[in-house]
Formats: sequence, structure tokens, C-alpha cells
Amino acid sequence: MSTPIQLRPDETFILNVGPQHPATHGVLRVKMEMDGEYIVKSETVLGYIHRMHEKMGENRTYAQYLPNLSRLDYLGALGYTHGHVLAIERAAGIEVPERAEYIRAITVELNRVASHLFWFGAFVMDLGGFSPLMYAIQDREHILDMLEAVTGARLTYCYYRFGGLYNDIDDDFIEAAKRFIPRMRKSLKKYAALVTGNIIFQKRLEGIAPVSAEMCRKYGATGPVARGSGINFDVRKNEPYSVYPEFDFDVPVYHECDSMARYKVRMDEMEQSLRIIEQGLEKLPGGPIMAEKKPKNIKLPVGDFYQAVETARGSFGIRIVSDGDKNAYRLKLRSPTYSNMHLFDEACEGMLIMDALAFMGSLDLVIPEMDR
Amino acid sequence: MGGYFSDIFNGSKSLLIGMGITFREFFKPTVTVQYPYQTLKMSARFRGHIELIADEEGNPKCVACGMCQRACPSGCISLDSVSVDIEVDGKVKKKKVLSKYDLDFTKCSLCGQCVENCNFGAIDFSKEYNLASTRKEDFHFNLLKRLEERNA
Repeated sequence: MSTPIQLRPDETFILNVGPQHPATHGVLRVKMEMDGEYIVKSETVLGYIHRMHEKMGENRTYAQYLPNLSRLDYLGALGYTHGHVLAIERAAGIEVPERAEYIRAITVELNRVASHLFWFGAFVMDLGGFSPLMYAIQDREHILDMLEAVTGARLTYCYYRFGGLYNDIDDDFIEAAKRFIPRMRKSLKKYAALVTGNIIFQKRLEGIAPVSAEMCRKYGATGPVARGSGINFDVRKNEPYSVYPEFDFDVPVYHECDSMARYKVRMDEMEQSLRIIEQGLEKLPGGPIMAEKKPKNIKLPVGDFYQAVETARGSFGIRIVSDGDKNAYRLKLRSPTYSNMHLFDEACEGMLIMDALAFMGSLDLVIPEMDR
Repeated sequence: MGGYFSDIFNGSKSLLIGMGITFREFFKPTVTVQYPYQTLKMSARFRGHIELIADEEGNPKCVACGMCQRACPSGCISLDSVSVDIEVDGKVKKKKVLSKYDLDFTKCSLCGQCVENCNFGAIDFSKEYNLASTRKEDFHFNLLKRLEERNA
């Protein structure tokens, strides 16, 4: 005769979320110690899609490393390439024509809107709503078509070059971008009515998953996660690069620290990006798109170079240590989601699992960028 | 208590607004393309795999300098040349002629460095994107042979 299993009242079990799970948006594994529906402890396991991008940077020339940067974050690839080319240009002392910088800013902001749109759709889908994903993808498609016509690719752009751009934008692009802005503004209103105003959506996010400003500083969280916790930090404003000082835009900051605040920051950021694109198209100067004086084989002087840029997910930094050769001695990538993910373990203690998955969505994770 | 009832009222209202929006989407034109029955035209700058370009006589423009091979980050191009004697104005000169140009598309990341580094305009992107196979060998392209087939 078998004895019935006796469960201790304080007994916990381990729940594996991922590495193959729709809510993790990639190959991320989270080991959760559960007490019923509540999380006692969680442990993030990274490295399932580690591709040694930093090491690749050491054994390729700087120009050969360009395609790698678009493969970090497949949703907002241009921002990462921008950081790389800016770092090299500053280190090698290459003057970039103004037109090229304006086009860079316009395309980066378009890419940011595309990235936030996809996040928006996926986030609402994590919470159980499917239609917003379809509407978001429909809007994002316009941006991808525009960028494809200019860069030749839909996701892995590889568009910027040291000293300028691969090719110039044409009138079709400018026309399409001008058509897109009012269309997108209309869509944002639609999303506000459809999703932000929805009672179920509000109840699942408001007051859920508080991340204090102190915790953000402790783990180095940046981007919309930090701005949703009341930290007014945006690399575009605080350490201006490119032509961003010439644009008039606001940095949305919310002080509620909850998942809703992070959601609202991104929704407002889309509007601000549209403002930047609008101004960029208006001010777009003529002239060349490539620097005249540019060494054919780029060799950096001996030294240590760092460049931070604001990508869709936060502050991305690239550090290049050069020994004067044509490839880097050491190349370090500081990726924003890597830091943002690390506050998850501490913040989700004692949380319901459903809320924790909504919280994970609000962090806007892109796993290849985290693992590099 | 008042908050409770206003929550119910506002909540139901927000749900009806949402349903109204999704209902209106019903009557909007379809935007999806029914692939493979319908296909899209690739944009002019679309980066497919590379293809050799021929001159007026149908020979490859390539002079086998090997710039593309050196520029490639993934090492997917391998080319070779032979030296042949040709007669120019009664004098016999040696000329390098391309004898092999292989592309290992399994490694290619479509960055376009090869096309950019070519000083002779001898390679360009194809517009092909319907590339699917279960065999690795199908992605080892012999570009010289492909050029001959296009000429024929």
C-alpha cells in the first residue's frame, strides 16, 4: 500500500520559464522558485544566444565589424550602428557632412518608432490582447518599407559608414516619411483609445511591479525603464551627440515607477520621435553624404574610446581600446537590456507570476542584444 | 462605494470604445499579401546575394583583383585567375582572366562590403529572395557558371 504524498505547507517548487517560451521573446531562461502562484525567488539564466560579438570585434577590421552591430538588436538596429560609427569617427577624427548626420538622426528615429511599435504589440499580446499587435505591425510595415527602399534591408540595415552613409535618401523617402507622420499620429490616438484606456489593461499594470529610482541606479538601468521610475536621463539630452542639440524635443518622464509608467514613456517617446523626424526633414541640408577626407583603411590611434548613444532600449555604449592596429585590441559593448534585465530578479520577489510576465514585457527585452 | 460603480461604468465604456475600434477595422481594405500567390517587387536597393556583371561581349567585368575577397567579413568569396596571352596591336601581352568565382552563401551576411569595395563595378546584388533548401550545397554558388547561363 502506498502512502499519500505529504506536502509541507511551506514547500516551494521550481518553475522554468523558457528558454523556449513565448513570453520571454527569445531564448531567455528564468528559474523561478514558486510558492503557489507567488514568486519566492527568481534567477535569470543568460547565454543561450551568445555569439561572441565582442571577440569578433577584435579579429575583424572596423569596417568588417559593421554588419555585426545590426545583429545585436534586430528591432532597433540603426541605433547600435550609429554608436559604432560615431565612436570610430571621433577616434579617427573624421568630419561627417551635416546632411549625413541629419539623415542618420531621421533614420534612427524612424527605427525607434518601429521598435516601440513592435514592443507595443508584443507587450499587449503578452497580456492577452491580439488585435493591437496586428495594427502595430501594419504601421511598422510602412517604416520598414521606407527603410528598405533606402538601405536595402528590412532589419539588418548596415547603412552607416565611417564618415557618412552607404547611399543617399531620395524624394520618395522624404515623401513617404511626410505621409507617415500624420498617419502615425492618428494611429497613436487609436492606440490610446483601444489599449491605454482599456480597463483590463489598466488594472493589470497600474501599481504593479514597482521599480524604484534607487534600484535603477543600482543595476544601471537606462532608457524607458529608468524614465518610468522618475530618472530624467536621456543620452540625447544629457550627453548630446550627432545633430540632436538642434532638435526641439522632450524627454518623457513618469514618476509612478510601475509597469504603466514604462508603457506611457514609450508611447510618448514615439510622439517625440515623430517630432524629431518632422524637424529633421524640414531642416535637411543639401551637400555630400560622405566625408571627403577619409582614410581608406581605418586605423585608430593608440587609446581608449567610448561612445554612448540612446537606442530604443536605453543607453548603449561601445568602448574600443586600440593599440594602433587596424582592428581593436578590446571591444566592449554595453547593452541596455542586459542591465535592465538584472533588476528583474530583485523586483519580482513576492509577485504573482502573471504580473511578473507583464513586468518582463514592460522591460522590452531583446535577447540577442542581451547575450551579444 | 462611488468609486466602485464609476469603475464599472468607465470600465464598460472603455471596453465598448475598444470594440468600436476593432469593429471599424473590419471594413478597412486588406493589407496582407497572399504569398506565394502574390509577391512583392523588391526595391531597387534590395541586397540579395551577389552576381557577376558582364561587359558588352559577355565576359565578366571582374579583373580578379581580390578586393571583395579581402573586404568580406565572413570569408565567403573565393576566386582564382589564370594568366592568358592575348594579342594587342601585334604584341603578345599577359592578362589575368577570372577562372573561378565561388560564393558560399551559407556564411554571407549580406552586408554589401564586397560590392562597395569593387573598383570596377563587376559585382552587384541580385533581387533573388526565394532561397530555401534543405541541402547546404544549394547555397554554394558558382557565379561564373551562373553568368554563362544568363548569357546563353
